[in-house]
Amino acid sequence: MTSPVPLQSITKPIECIAADTFAVPAASSPPQDFQTRLAMLRALFPALALTLCLCLPSGKAAAQDQRDLQSILQTEAEEVASPGRRSVGSVIDALVASELPQAPEFLQRWSEREVLQRTTDGLFFYGTREGDSYALTDLSTGEPAGSAPASEIEEIRPNGGVRRVIASALVQFQLSDPIEARRIEALDSIARNPSADQLEPLLASIEDEPSPRIRARKEELAGMLAATFGDTPEERIAAISALSDGVSVQIRAVLNQILSTRSEVGTEIPEGTNIARELTPGDDLTRDDAYARLVSEDLAPEIQSRDQLKAALTANIDGGTVGGVPIGALDTEEARARAYETLAAAGTIPRLVTEEDVDAALASHVFFEAYDEDDPAITDAARAALNEVETRVAVHQVADLALDAVSLASIYFLAAIGLAITFGVMGVINMAHGEFIMMGAYTGYVVQQIIPDYTVSLIVALPLAFAVTFAAGVAMERLVIRWLYHRPLETLLATFGISIALQQLAKNIFGTQARPLTSPSWLEGAWVVNDVIGIANIRIAIFVLALIFLALILFILKRTRVGLEVRAVTQNPGMAASMGINPERINMLTFGLGSGIAGIAGVAIGLYAQVTSEMGANYIVQSFMTVVVGGVGNVWGTLAGASLIGVLQKGIEWMNPSNTLAAQTYMILFIILFIQVRPKGIVALKGRAAGD
Amino acid sequence: MTRKTFLTENRSVFWFLLSLGVFALIITVLADGSGNGMISTSFVKTLGRTLCLMLVAIAMDVVWGYTGILSLGHMAFFGLGGYMIGMWLMYARTEIVLTASLNAAPIPPTPEEIHDAIGSQIFGLVGSSEFPAIWYFAPSLPAQLALVVLVPGVLALVFGWLAFRSRVTGVYLSILTQAMTLALSLYLFQNDSGLRGNNGLSGLQNIPGLGDVPQSHLSIAFFWASAVALGAGYVLFAWVVSGKMGSVIRGVRDNESRVRFLGYHVESYKLFIFTLTGIVSGIAGALYYPQAGIINPNEIAPIASIYLAVWVAIGGRGRLYGAAIGAAVVSLLSSWFTGGSAPDVNLGIYTIQWTDWWLVLLGLSFVAVTLLAPKGIGGLFDLIGNRHPVPATSSTAAGPDLGARRTVEGEEEK
Amino acid sequence: MKTLLEMSGVSVSFDGFKAINNLSFQIGEPELRAIIGPNGAGKTTFMDIITGKTRPDSGTVIYGEKSISLLKMSESQIAMAGVGRKFQKPTVFEAQTVRENLAMALKNRRGPFDVLLYRKTSRGAKRIEELAETIGLTDALPRIAGELSHGQKQWLEIGMLLAQDPRLLLVDEPAAGMTPAEREHTTDLLKRAAKKHAVVVVEHDMEFIRRLDCRVTVLCEGSVLAEGSLDHVTSDPQVIEVYLGR
Repeated sequence: MTSPVPLQSITKPIECIAADTFAVPAASSPPQDFQTRLAMLRALFPALALTLCLCLPSGKAAAQDQRDLQSILQTEAEEVASPGRRSVGSVIDALVASELPQAPEFLQRWSEREVLQRTTDGLFFYGTREGDSYALTDLSTGEPAGSAPASEIEEIRPNGGVRRVIASALVQFQLSDPIEARRIEALDSIARNPSADQLEPLLASIEDEPSPRIRARKEELAGMLAATFGDTPEERIAAISALSDGVSVQIRAVLNQILSTRSEVGTEIPEGTNIARELTPGDDLTRDDAYARLVSEDLAPEIQSRDQLKAALTANIDGGTVGGVPIGALDTEEARARAYETLAAAGTIPRLVTEEDVDAALASHVFFEAYDEDDPAITDAARAALNEVETRVAVHQVADLALDAVSLASIYFLAAIGLAITFGVMGVINMAHGEFIMMGAYTGYVVQQIIPDYTVSLIVALPLAFAVTFAAGVAMERLVIRWLYHRPLETLLATFGISIALQQLAKNIFGTQARPLTSPSWLEGAWVVNDVIGIANIRIAIFVLALIFLALILFILKRTRVGLEVRAVTQNPGMAASMGINPERINMLTFGLGSGIAGIAGVAIGLYAQVTSEMGANYIVQSFMTVVVGGVGNVWGTLAGASLIGVLQKGIEWMNPSNTLAAQTYMILFIILFIQVRPKGIVALKGRAAGD
Repeated sequence: MTRKTFLTENRSVFWFLLSLGVFALIITVLADGSGNGMISTSFVKTLGRTLCLMLVAIAMDVVWGYTGILSLGHMAFFGLGGYMIGMWLMYARTEIVLTASLNAAPIPPTPEEIHDAIGSQIFGLVGSSEFPAIWYFAPSLPAQLALVVLVPGVLALVFGWLAFRSRVTGVYLSILTQAMTLALSLYLFQNDSGLRGNNGLSGLQNIPGLGDVPQSHLSIAFFWASAVALGAGYVLFAWVVSGKMGSVIRGVRDNESRVRFLGYHVESYKLFIFTLTGIVSGIAGALYYPQAGIINPNEIAPIASIYLAVWVAIGGRGRLYGAAIGAAVVSLLSSWFTGGSAPDVNLGIYTIQWTDWWLVLLGLSFVAVTLLAPKGIGGLFDLIGNRHPVPATSSTAAGPDLGARRTVEGEEEK
Repeated sequence: MKTLLEMSGVSVSFDGFKAINNLSFQIGEPELRAIIGPNGAGKTTFMDIITGKTRPDSGTVIYGEKSISLLKMSESQIAMAGVGRKFQKPTVFEAQTVRENLAMALKNRRGPFDVLLYRKTSRGAKRIEELAETIGLTDALPRIAGELSHGQKQWLEIGMLLAQDPRLLLVDEPAAGMTPAEREHTTDLLKRAAKKHAVVVVEHDMEFIRRLDCRVTVLCEGSVLAEGSLDHVTSDPQVIEVYLGR
């Protein structure tokens, strides 16, 4: 049986790819284990020292170089051993001033509580505890420095406040780190968790930044930080206005952060509140929600729900009556209300909240949203900037959507062109076309089981899939279809019989669970223009594949003898036969070609979607629609149909992203209406040749 | 006079009704419900369901075998009929259960309370508790019974009007009906379609108000109802396809434009047949699903309608009893094979388990029937008596334009 | 004789090929008219336009006393308005009996419910018998039409045309595949029909047309080349050039 939600499953994987694309912000490095980072640092040590020497003003550097880390630390030994949040600055200043290459590592490990002090001589080491003793490592050289018994070692444990100070100092080092990846990492960490004190070091690091790309990011990030944490409103507004040039997710987050609001309610709007908007119950929020908010703020009594009301009545049953009403009569809402009122009048239970009460309560309160930011000038600037950004984002989204639509159209084109050729030439709808797609995908899967190298296996799989499905198509044409010419409906059903048999056969051979078809690494990843526009490489590859096939088919049809014969048979089989063309041979070749392309499409589709026995059925209706909308017997028609359906599907999904099923329904309805207008498709054969 | 003519011209009606009656009597006598216990209740239900499938197959035969429209959407009408009756069954039964439990409280329930409780009971599964507008008539049995006829009828009318007015024919038309069916089933798969998304409606085998009647008796009642419906449907369609109407629709099948040039408005005829069969399919579905117990959008998906076409083709289209036999044989065989009752075939190196291989067998035998025995099972009857042969459909259209038409290839000149 | 059908300035082209080029034509009631012309002259397209099968790109087709435009009507409406057509290749319902074929063509109400509730009447049966007599198929009434010979199918189609009782009969090559005796019979039939109605006959057989003894219109490349008596047109040098001479 086919899956009942075929269309949905087509789009799912595509969405996943898109989501992944967005999830990767510009070139971030994977999180690294600290130890590896250290190892890297050590390995790069000579180069690092050299770079620093070249960069720094030589005289001063030479002077400073005379001193080593240990001696600097010893001058502030007490502070190093038990740092305080306020006083630790002196140590850090000294370390920064020293410009020693080992300083960042020390700060890092200091904060990570890996620095030890030997009580016997007060020297500092890195070390780890091994049983009763500590293995020591020299701070400057990183070489083992013997071991010491636990009794002679004091572990230095900076508290949280100190560690924050150290971390912020570290940022400065990291932002100027000679390794690009680490600078990017530092920027990422700032972007994830921005704070006011990062602004200064960030600004300071921009000047010496060698990489233009990172420099741009630093400037962008500094702008965002300034927008949020700038000292004066003017500074912030300037920074905010500067942000309006971008589209990135972070910029939008920063602006939204500045524009964050809180919902409030009160009898009047307090002085000096920066109001985002006032809410009118009934228009901006429902009456029920408005009242519920009053209740939650303890500004109004709760409305009794039906269950509460019933519980109250139940609790006050008094010898067969409640509030004077017999229990048996309490089976209407109205009687219950009456009983409740009687009880409330007697003061037994709180009064029922009536509609009038609700109205009065709502009328005497104002509902509003207030900005967390108090300065209206800043929020206005942010609002203006955000509007500008969002307009630009919308434009970029359309571009992104167009890219998505093009790639979807290429998939539909690949899936449908084989069908269109056979339908055009032979008037045969091949319901098993989807199963040929599946066959191609499974061919790819089997090849990958045999050839482990993904690139090689793909190169093998594409022609092999073509060959396998070509053979299957020819076999089907010879065994079944040629006996059924001129009985198109029976062909439809017979090929459907083949389709269910093939589908079940695949299920029996490969099982029901989805089989992966892994793409080679060079096809992974995505082409990312910015945070909005991006497309997975694999889909670019499918687009290229579709172009190649378009060109190939056009070439075969327009430039070769076989193509001439195929076109002749398409337009007038009887005449073609009398001109000495063997229609049987042409039919066989055409069917094989159509099926072969389905096999190729199968490999392509399998690369980004799962390979299952039902995958073909998921594409068959779309393929039919493509052929029907495009018009029969014309490559350009199929192209137009695929484009229309691709654009349409993406467009509908964009308008209604939450519900793929509804999107599919609307698309099919649109196609049905389209056929009302153009029954013969976009590119229709005209005149006598078209028949009725 | 007319009546006599009708029966004499349609001997098959008589034989069909006779065999149906005899069959129904035998089943009733042997059934669990009448104390004999030779046929289990569940098998009686299976047989009752099969009768409903035969009814929808006959309808399909009228559309396809007689009028030449290969509709891939009639199971959607079947399913809609089931949904319509299912709404009442589910509502009324939930109402009984909830009223009982609410009555246990010290204070009697109010109608609003019960209604809301039913709502949250039925729609809790799809995260809602409000009744969608389409459930407005659910509390009323007569209204829902009317909807069993109206909803498939109106939908068939709209579907058909859209499809036929654009003069789409043949394979195109089939694809179009398939697309419409797909759209409908996809719509129903949504949770907010108001019909509980892919959960569908369940517990339909429990008939409200008949809680005390054992299922063994209910099954026989439904079996009889299905048999009567099938009999009535058979007579109705036999009447439609006989006489002048039959003449015109067969004309439409064989040469649509010639009928048009005789002055008949072909689209109206197609629409009439499409809608009538859609309604009958809806009624068949309304009888089927209380015997099945559950309905969900899977039952409406295009594949179901394609299987329906397969049944009719295997049974032999263009004759009503052929379609009925095809539906009965294939659906019963299908449940026998997939139910695990069929014995495995041990080939030494591989054991064929029919649960896995039945579809392969069905697919291939279907291809074989199409190729080798286009008349299907019904063709066997031609061997017995010299009954009306099923004429080969000619795909030629009217007019001398034929020379330019692409369908002519290989066809001998007449 | 009043004008029943008037076509003026009608043009139609298929993919740039002008099948009918500014054609004007009129026929009165009653009148018998023969149309001749070389292959590709547009004879069939001409009939297609009148019966609504093909929509022209430009021009008007006016029909009847009320001067209704046929261009806005569907095929079935045109047929109901009284335009009957016999096709070049006999197209009858081969799977049905001769009686059913004739019954379907009988002039009756054509709505689906009229047809569904249609009862066979003795008047209808009598009319079918009459028609069968006319076309010589009385014995063949219960036979399946597909079993008939080519000539018999021609006759059946002529019978169906007559059964419709149309005011304008369009007859495309009625004599093909007929014996000389049958041709004569056909001629008589058409001439008789033309006493009350308008009849347009397309034929290649000059003998046949000579026997019809009526006005002849010569079509060539989608427009009227000549019109008049057979002798008149056959002596027209242009006609000889394009049609008869070769």
